[in-house]
Amino acid sequence: MMLAIGSLTALGVSLGAVLGAASRYLAVEVDPLESDLLDLLPGSQCGQCGFVGCGQAAAALAKGEAPVTLCGPGGKAVAEKLARRLGIHADLSKHQDQEPQVAIINEDLCIGCLRCFQECTTDAIVGAPKQLHTVITEHCHGCGKCTKTCPTGAVTMCPVPTTLNTWHWHKPVPKKGRHRATIGRRAVG
Amino acid sequence: MRLFSVRGGVHLDYRKDRTRNLGIVPLPMPALLYLPLTQHVGAAAEPVVVAGQVVRKGEVLATAQGAVSAPVHAPTSGRIKEITGHVSPHPSGLSQSTIVLESDGADAWGALPAGIEDPFAATGQEIARRVAEAGVVGLGGAAFPAAVKLNLRAGHTVDTLLINGAECEPYLTCDDRVMREYAGEVVDGARIMAHALGAARIVIAVEKNKPEAIKAIANAARPFATMAVAEVPVRYPMGSAHHLVKVITGRETPAHGRTASVGVLVHNVGTARAIHHAVRFGRPLISRVVTVSGGALKSGHNIEVPLGTLVRELIDFCGGMVAHADQVISGGPMMGHPLPSLEAPVVKGTCGILALTADETNVQPTGPCIRCGSCVEACPSGLVPLQLATLIQHEDIDGAAKLGVEDCISCGSCSYICPSHIPLMHYFDYANGRLRVLDRKRKHQEKLKTLAEARRQRLERQAAARAAAKAKSARPAAPPTASAQAQTQTQAQAQSKPVGNSAAAASVTGAPVTGLPVTTATETGAGP
Repeated sequence: MMLAIGSLTALGVSLGAVLGAASRYLAVEVDPLESDLLDLLPGSQCGQCGFVGCGQAAAALAKGEAPVTLCGPGGKAVAEKLARRLGIHADLSKHQDQEPQVAIINEDLCIGCLRCFQECTTDAIVGAPKQLHTVITEHCHGCGKCTKTCPTGAVTMCPVPTTLNTWHWHKPVPKKGRHRATIGRRAVG
Repeated sequence: MRLFSVRGGVHLDYRKDRTRNLGIVPLPMPALLYLPLTQHVGAAAEPVVVAGQVVRKGEVLATAQGAVSAPVHAPTSGRIKEITGHVSPHPSGLSQSTIVLESDGADAWGALPAGIEDPFAATGQEIARRVAEAGVVGLGGAAFPAAVKLNLRAGHTVDTLLINGAECEPYLTCDDRVMREYAGEVVDGARIMAHALGAARIVIAVEKNKPEAIKAIANAARPFATMAVAEVPVRYPMGSAHHLVKVITGRETPAHGRTASVGVLVHNVGTARAIHHAVRFGRPLISRVVTVSGGALKSGHNIEVPLGTLVRELIDFCGGMVAHADQVISGGPMMGHPLPSLEAPVVKGTCGILALTADETNVQPTGPCIRCGSCVEACPSGLVPLQLATLIQHEDIDGAAKLGVEDCISCGSCSYICPSHIPLMHYFDYANGRLRVLDRKRKHQEKLKTLAEARRQRLERQAAARAAAKAKSARPAAPPTASAQAQTQTQAQAQSKPVGNSAAAASVTGAPVTGLPVTTATETGAGP
């Protein structure tokens, strides 16, 4: 009886000591969760979530200080991945992806001050001092920081126009029965 | 010939009687032709004419851009009125760049490249180049550039050329008429293609409900031992390339794969005829046979239509509408799409124009799914439409992708058979559209990530260069040390070779990047 108690106590104490030492000497310096979350985020440093960049947002997510839906450009797809990595359940059925936008510079108002240029994290704005600036549309991630810094209000955000290549069928509205011309059974079958 | 079985499919009321016994009639040349720059799968063609220019019939108006593209030719002689935005024959009704050609009534041919006298002595590349120059695309509806398919010889071993004359869509009879009236041209085009591909066997597959076409093609093909005519059962969607290959050869095309990967290439009968014209006579693709039918029209016809003719003119040619058209459809009623406007032009992929009455379209209110499983039996791709539709209704697009929604060929068999009239195929079209959007978004974000990273590195280098410059100016008398020299080099590199997007990064050093004259060359990044 005493032997059993003694041996189990000794086992417990020694294993506890090993674990205690391991947590001290083998500690991981960077939170692996944080770097995993950072990989899931878009990484364009747009700051739309309210944090300075994706790194800070990942740190806040790892600490549980930010919701998984914080990333606007990532949309539902990123929110789902973050929730899965954090092991939490998030109800995303109501989550609407934000409409993609691009910045457009009004050429009549641009004074070539370079302020928007310095703000852009993806180098989507090109220009030179006192010269007209313009936006490389494919590189713009629609964060809107440039609109806030422009002294003349020359930069505005507008939705990305739909083209023949990007258009797709809308979700069918069942009650109205607005579907493609399928021939019903009554008439054909 | 031994035929193999395929799964799924539905039996339709074909309603071909209205036009199947009417010969192909030419359309009087319209006064204005609207030629969109994208009439094919791939990159838009680039115009080589300007407004006011006088062109002859068959002259190139726009050239192909990139590997998958096709040129656009003038269907008649006349003057280019303008190059402008015009409603495209697409369900979105979006406008696209269109060349407007004003006919001069003379219909005078320009100089055409001489035809190849003996195509069977020419190389495959030579034939493919001719076909590419003639702007021939798949005339069955997909409008994939035919020359690209002929060049597949390089990567695949093609043993069988399959000519698709199944025409399984209701109403359409244009392929039927082409086979009956131009069987010789179809057979010759097929032989030229088989020669270019190195295919030993040619099979022309026709559904059994076209006995006259089968007879005509069999007669024309009789002298050639490598050719066979296959009478395939009448069941929709027999004309789907993957399913036709399975029926004729028993080979199953892998998901997301091409039929070429199982050694078979499929071309439409109309394409074979266009290739005959292109190779033998150097004639470009400037017209096609279109079935115009439907209960709302006074009469139906098979018409040889110059490309760029407005749908409205075809309807007028058929005597106009005698009943209210619920929908005007481009293509067949199953896989075609509603036209947004009668001002849309006929393009290379338009095989039919159908004005259907409400009785014919028969759009019914949607009921609840009763889990009868009819759609599962009907699906030729082996999917479970009812389950997919439920997932898509709840916006679980990823879940639908896992169940294979991308394998849907949009044949509409499930929507047709559903007793509750659930628009199943429309759900799958929506889901596949969403999947493409998400894929584009993912690629875009990957690109943005590299741009943001390049910018971060550039800013770091600039900061280091500034710090070095400051340190140097703080002790101007001291001789330059080895480390200071190294720093100066770094600075020079940072100024001359900024990483990241070259155009955007170049603007940091004040270089003109947008074609603007730049007078000042201040380094913007080095400001206080």
